[in-house]
Amino acid sequence: MKGMTVVVKTIASWVKILIFLFGIYIIITGHRTPGGGFAGGVIIAGSYVLLMLAFGRQFAEENLPLPLASRLDCAGALLFALVAIVGLVFGGSFFVNFLYQQQLLPSKAFQLISAGTIPLSNIFIGIKVGASLFLVIFTLSVCCKDFKPATPAKEKEQN
Amino acid sequence: MFEFYTLLLFCIIAAFIAVETRNLLSAVICVGAIGFGGSLLFLFLRAPDIAITQIVVEVLGLVILIRATISRDITFISGDREFFGTVVSVVIIFVIFLAGIIVFKTIPPFGTPVFAQVPDSASQTYISTGLEKTGAANLVASVILDFRAYDTLGEATVLFTSIIGATVILRRRAKKKLEEPDA
Amino acid sequence: MLYALCFLLFMIGLYCAVVKKNMVKIVIGIMIMEYAVNIFLIMLGYRFDGVAPIVGKSELAEQINSVTAAFVNTAVDPLPQALVLTSIVISLGSLALMIAICIRTYERYGTFDITEIRRLRG
Repeated sequence: MKGMTVVVKTIASWVKILIFLFGIYIIITGHRTPGGGFAGGVIIAGSYVLLMLAFGRQFAEENLPLPLASRLDCAGALLFALVAIVGLVFGGSFFVNFLYQQQLLPSKAFQLISAGTIPLSNIFIGIKVGASLFLVIFTLSVCCKDFKPATPAKEKEQN
Repeated sequence: MFEFYTLLLFCIIAAFIAVETRNLLSAVICVGAIGFGGSLLFLFLRAPDIAITQIVVEVLGLVILIRATISRDITFISGDREFFGTVVSVVIIFVIFLAGIIVFKTIPPFGTPVFAQVPDSASQTYISTGLEKTGAANLVASVILDFRAYDTLGEATVLFTSIIGATVILRRRAKKKLEEPDA
Repeated sequence: MLYALCFLLFMIGLYCAVVKKNMVKIVIGIMIMEYAVNIFLIMLGYRFDGVAPIVGKSELAEQINSVTAAFVNTAVDPLPQALVLTSIVISLGSLALMIAICIRTYERYGTFDITEIRRLRG
């Protein structure tokens, strides 16, 4: 994939930031408005897929290298499990909302920082979903017919 | 009620075209039409979370499906399976149809859900005490991340497994392509 | 009646997945079945004149962090929405897995026809 015409590239370079910011907005306000980690994560993955379709695979990989993406994927899942385990330590059972029930944070409805561990879990779920969906679409695009021979850096990441 | 019938009929027509058309690219685009119609339907059914997620997932799914079908040479396959397979398929479809007819007698009519008639049902508890117990104004977020967080953990595991599966299936091809310049 | 239309959508998907012999058509049938099941589950929780299960500022009661009785009596069911929300994202993952299998099969055998593939193997 060499990328598309200059019109598509220009528009994509403007729009990608807006899509990314919209994904972050959807994630961090997921506990009081519609949205949440799943939708926001898919939107963030969509911004990188837009880069990949408009500029070609190489450009998208320079923006988000594959080892970093897979590490983000694993880190999101681990941190989400870590929130649950911290709840086990502090609150007495797995997945307990310890930040809210012990009133460690100011908790009033409709505030940005409220609801205890739910925004934290939303952020970790968003990172995990976004990174893994970017990885899967990138992997599916590797087997395209017009695949260019790779650089040595890409051989290293295969191992 | 009118909008539900309209959108569902739209989805059914799109599904019929997607099943019966010969061109694979048209079929994939009709699947996209089903997804967007379903997203509007979720919005009218008072589920904005699902509508946002569905519309975004549909875009990415269309990218995946179009990438699979475009630039493939043989996209026209005519005829159905052989006789025995067709008979078995018809029997399976008929059995599931009968099971569906039986199930129809047990579900309540549209618009009057079961949880509203049971005083202490789980959904009623989530609605009445969800804000008080978790502090999240979005009750769907409070259900998926606090009351039923095990589901979300399982979902993360399933997503992880499917990504690993796709990577493993496509890996050997990539490696072979990578080794070609050296040879 | 709406449930019957959902069931019709499900049956179209099932027919496509069982009868067709193109691999991409089978994937499309499975996707149609997923849509039908998701729409049906959301419909089970709908009530007439319902509101979305998101608390607004006007639905807060006087004491802190509790909702009014009117909201409890009109909100639609949040439980199937939460289940369908995870199911949609999982369906994207499984779609990617199925498409990966299709692409590998195409590269190996050069066709999407499953009867052709069976004949070549055997």
